[in-house]
Amino acid sequence: MSFVLTPLAGGALIGASAGLLLLANGRIAGISGIAGRLLGRWDGDAAWRIAFLVGLLLGPVLYRGVAGQWPAVRIDAPWPMLILGGLLVGYGTRLGSGCTSGHGVCGLARLSPRSLAAVATFMAFAMATVFLVRHGGLSR
Amino acid sequence: MNASRIVAALVAGLLFGSGLALSGMMDPARVLGFLDVAGAFDPTLAFVLTGAVAVSAVGYLLRRGMARPLLAGRFEVPAARRLDPKLLGGAALFGIGWGLVGLCPGPALAALVLGLPDVAIFVAAMLGGMLLYRLTSIRGSGSAHGATTS
Repeated sequence: MSFVLTPLAGGALIGASAGLLLLANGRIAGISGIAGRLLGRWDGDAAWRIAFLVGLLLGPVLYRGVAGQWPAVRIDAPWPMLILGGLLVGYGTRLGSGCTSGHGVCGLARLSPRSLAAVATFMAFAMATVFLVRHGGLSR
Repeated sequence: MNASRIVAALVAGLLFGSGLALSGMMDPARVLGFLDVAGAFDPTLAFVLTGAVAVSAVGYLLRRGMARPLLAGRFEVPAARRLDPKLLGGAALFGIGWGLVGLCPGPALAALVLGLPDVAIFVAAMLGGMLLYRLTSIRGSGSAHGATTS
């Protein structure tokens, strides 16, 4: 059961985060936008964006306090792939106005046609990439 | 800027980060398991997204009955509905990067707290990519980024 319930519960917390930020502050809980906009000149929104990111980093610490262990983070990609992947994720999410949180969680929840298209696109390209890497002989 | 908005954002971030940790989505191996439709498929991401969208949708439904947010002057939610090449091109590039490593911005930033060098390398490159976008995008076209507000 925890196979289904634990991810659902984790997702519900993420959804509660998005709901709280919307109803309290009127903002979208989109991580790429929150982080990306801090890279420019800081305006009146910088303070809440920083606070959100501090909370985001404290989340796994809270989890460790309750669960007694850090969440698993297993990375197989060699460092050139980490750098290429990071550049594409950073540039692509800003160009496309969102990532898994802004388009995925928030956009799907409000049935935004742009977000539906974005989610379908990044899911398809991610699945195709994994297929090529794992089954197409691109590495390993 | 009042303190209550900052506290609300801090709590929202904490909910997001603990949700990511609980869900297993900070683990690129599990994310890639979902994306690997031809391999040992791991459906976890679908359950997480279902829970997140369901609860988030309650928030967006409640919003309809509110003239303004509890702590701010107005809702700033993108109003644009039309698809454009930037949206789809950006999503495609993001998808390729996500598929290469299995990390997207939220889990990558949250995982920084574990102090793993691989995560730090990825996040540094990701911030570099965001900065590259900022430096190359034309100034003054901000409204075309889907950042228009309602």
